[in-house]
Amino acid sequence: MSSIELKNIVKRYGDGFPAVNDVSLDVADGEFMILVGPSGCGKSTLLRMVVGLEDITDGDLLIDGRRVNEKAPRDRNLAMVFQNYALYPHLTVFENIAFPLRLNKGKHPEAEVREKVNRAAGMLELQEHLQRKPANLSGGQRQRVAMGRAIVRDADAFLFDEPLSNLDAKLRGQMRTEIARMQRRLGITTIYVTHDQTEAMTLGDRVAVLKKGVLQQCASPRELYEQPVNLFVAGFIGSPPMNFLPAKVEGSTLKLPFVDVPVTGDLAEKVAGKDLVIVGLRPEHLKDASLGGLPAGAVRFTATVDQTEWLGNEQYAYIPFEADSAVSAKLAELDRETDGERMRTQMVVNLDARSRVLEGDEAQLAFDPAQMHVFDPSTNECLTRDDEKAAAIAADSEQQRQAALRRAREREAVAS
Amino acid sequence: MSSRVKTWLGIAAIPIMVWTLIPILWIVATSLKPIPALADSTQNVFGNFWPKHPTWDNYSLIFTGGARDLFVPALWHSIIVSLVATLISVILATFCAYAISRLNFPGKGVILTTALAVSFFPVIAMVTPLFNLWRQIGLFDTIPGLIIPYLALTLPLSIWTLTAFFQQIPWEMEQAAQVDGATSWQAFRKVIAPLAAPGVFTTAIIAFFTAWNDFVFSLNLTSENARTVPAALTFFTGASQFTQPTGAICAAAVVVTIPVIILVLLFQRRIVSGLTSGAVKG
Amino acid sequence: MSTAVSKPLMSDRARSERSLGWRLAGPAFIIMLLVTLYPIAYAIYLSLFNYRLTDPTGRRFVWFQNYITALGDPLWWQAFGVTVFITVVTLVFELILGMAIAMVMHKIVIPRRTLRTVVLIPYSIITVVSAFSWKYAAQFDTGFFNHWLHTLTFGAFDLNFNWFGGTWTSLTVICLSEIWKTTPFMSLLLLAGLAQVDSSLEEAAKVDGATWWQRFTRVILPNMKAAIMVAMLFRTLDAFRIFDNPYVMTGGANRTTTLSMLVSNETINRVEIGMGSALAVLLFVCVLIIAAIFVRGFKVDLTGGRK
Repeated sequence: MSSIELKNIVKRYGDGFPAVNDVSLDVADGEFMILVGPSGCGKSTLLRMVVGLEDITDGDLLIDGRRVNEKAPRDRNLAMVFQNYALYPHLTVFENIAFPLRLNKGKHPEAEVREKVNRAAGMLELQEHLQRKPANLSGGQRQRVAMGRAIVRDADAFLFDEPLSNLDAKLRGQMRTEIARMQRRLGITTIYVTHDQTEAMTLGDRVAVLKKGVLQQCASPRELYEQPVNLFVAGFIGSPPMNFLPAKVEGSTLKLPFVDVPVTGDLAEKVAGKDLVIVGLRPEHLKDASLGGLPAGAVRFTATVDQTEWLGNEQYAYIPFEADSAVSAKLAELDRETDGERMRTQMVVNLDARSRVLEGDEAQLAFDPAQMHVFDPSTNECLTRDDEKAAAIAADSEQQRQAALRRAREREAVAS
Repeated sequence: MSSRVKTWLGIAAIPIMVWTLIPILWIVATSLKPIPALADSTQNVFGNFWPKHPTWDNYSLIFTGGARDLFVPALWHSIIVSLVATLISVILATFCAYAISRLNFPGKGVILTTALAVSFFPVIAMVTPLFNLWRQIGLFDTIPGLIIPYLALTLPLSIWTLTAFFQQIPWEMEQAAQVDGATSWQAFRKVIAPLAAPGVFTTAIIAFFTAWNDFVFSLNLTSENARTVPAALTFFTGASQFTQPTGAICAAAVVVTIPVIILVLLFQRRIVSGLTSGAVKG
Repeated sequence: MSTAVSKPLMSDRARSERSLGWRLAGPAFIIMLLVTLYPIAYAIYLSLFNYRLTDPTGRRFVWFQNYITALGDPLWWQAFGVTVFITVVTLVFELILGMAIAMVMHKIVIPRRTLRTVVLIPYSIITVVSAFSWKYAAQFDTGFFNHWLHTLTFGAFDLNFNWFGGTWTSLTVICLSEIWKTTPFMSLLLLAGLAQVDSSLEEAAKVDGATWWQRFTRVILPNMKAAIMVAMLFRTLDAFRIFDNPYVMTGGANRTTTLSMLVSNETINRVEIGMGSALAVLLFVCVLIIAAIFVRGFKVDLTGGRK
């Protein structure tokens, strides 16, 4: 088990363009770290630099405190699961899993190889398939063989490069929990690359959000969700994504497209002197006012619903609005950066399934201004971020992680 | 890949290119040597490689001089026989490959296997019976008498290469074009022909190389009226009994090499894909 | 119900497709058969006669006498030995060189295009031209071989060494020329096989801790076995038919006659049609055996599922 430390890592290609720029990350021993971002953000490059398949242009990579920049992949003792699994088609499942052990001739006696492969196969429920060739396996089975090959290594850390992107939605959910369970059980340091924010939120102890090779924020999923540092993180994390509304600042009032919101205290100071800010509202923080149960200080307004989608347990309502040209350009840019395909400026509202709002209705909506995120459009920075609260969330998450790890180890001790 | 590996690969390419190019340069060098320099190392540089005083004498010898009557007709024979054999086999192979890749009929496997077996056929085994037969029916030493056996070389090759190419064509494009309002003819001309043309063209180049290269048939089935360049080269004689025809042979060799080098330079990528697609499962 | 009882009837569309298929493919198929099957059948027929072109009246049916004579003649076995020697030597060198060149071509960045173009040149050149080039390069009076070797060995190599003076040195030059001419084709076939090996397999092996050599032998080679086998089959059959190179270089002197040359000699120079035909049939049988060994023994799938 090991910690992995990235210090000011830079990857520059021949044309001088930095694919990864000055990224520093600290992956603690036993931690599950996610690298997430839209395509082309440099997350896979970063992972390949950690494992040694790409040279590091600048910066230091430390495993257990030792600099390994120049070491060959084989000397780093890391295991990796590839996006297409990279199973050796000419070898059986057994030999695929045993492959890393067979490479050191004589170091692992046959009995030990057998024992290790069987244990890994048992863990992954692959015992019946050991004599088959990868071509005859289903997607999920292939995925497990790839994990088996990583497990037998007794590697210092696991690296995953979008391991679930070739599976269908249902299998993806199953394998996600499988990976989470295995990681806890082995208590192994893990770096996991994905473009899927659901995977990032559900799997990671901490999530590093990257954009165009630059690290935006590295924090626990909850902190990313509740206390994003900037517009990009706020827009990337969460599904459906956060609504961004332009707001004119007039004294201590934010004039949103549908409603005016008075602001006080800290926030009022921060927005003072600005012309325009962007207000972020999560779809689930907008409520149907007609159903009652609103918190004190909630702001009410009416808006015309353009389209609704009823999903049984919840429903979405879409409300178009006109945005300032300066803001809409900004929002379009953000949309491109987060791989979105939004075609118009509209607000998504996640309503209770009981809500009877229909298309074309004038809906009574409300939200709590305390849950509002306010961004500075010139710097993209989040003005409502509360560092104290963020620190508290981080501490809490870390505590939970340690507890989960401890429980897993206890279970393991009991089992063996 | 690290830049060090890149540099090493670049360096590794040098001996490969040198090894490949030296025999070519050598034949050019020899063709430029004046006759006295051929067997006299003092008149050459780089260890008897390059002549100190290059001349065009050997080239004038084969085009206007003593070797003219041997070389120029042979050059014509080569061109005519290779082009006609290429044309016939590409046309026939286009129909055949179209049927194999596009239509569903029994016997496809038989045709492909036959083509393969024919391409493995030891051509020399055809020489004896054809030699006898051609003499009886008067095809010996005629242009058609050479074109027919050439088909045995070029046809199987063309069928395999073209089938491989045609199987990569998305034929449903033709239907898509028809749905879009094109007539059958328009669909063929605007959609299928542009997709198929590069494959046909590449196949023609490869078939041409094969026909151009033939020596066995030309040597054994012709004497004067249809002899092609490769065979003619072995019949060159020196100006006198005691001089070697080395320079003239090399000049003639250079002349027949120029067209293939031009084709290679222009169509390198296509030739590579044509050569490999027919042989390796794509 | 009727479908369960009888074979489904062929639809008009299927029937017309079948007839169109054969009408399009037929001419090529028939011509291939005519230009090969007919001669070989005719050769088998002729091989049963004692038949000399200059003496047509002396033509006699002799059953298998020609075969018995040929197989009992050391000339046949010598040509057979020479042919096998050339085939094996060139194949081994071409495989190693071809693989090395293919690997460089596969990974090279600069000068990628130039290298591929240059490598194609020997393939496209007329074999006879290549044979002349190597012949003149090796000859002691016109060539540069001796001069270069002389310099490289600091004068130890004899400037007047006659490469074409003995069997083994002649065969060396013949093999060199053959290897030079055909390695590019080999390397292109191997390159195509190499390109089909998923590059992430190699990366996975790298992470799994494999050395360069282990990656090559345990991951790359097993995954391009099919391409190697096809390339070997093509080249073996091609090399076994070798004619142009030795004909130009030695004309068969110093016991360098190959099987193909033997056939040609017997037919064209000695006009022994019967004997020549028998030799041609024997050569054909050899090629058949080699092909059968590859297809059956090594399970080479030549049609690549393309039926």
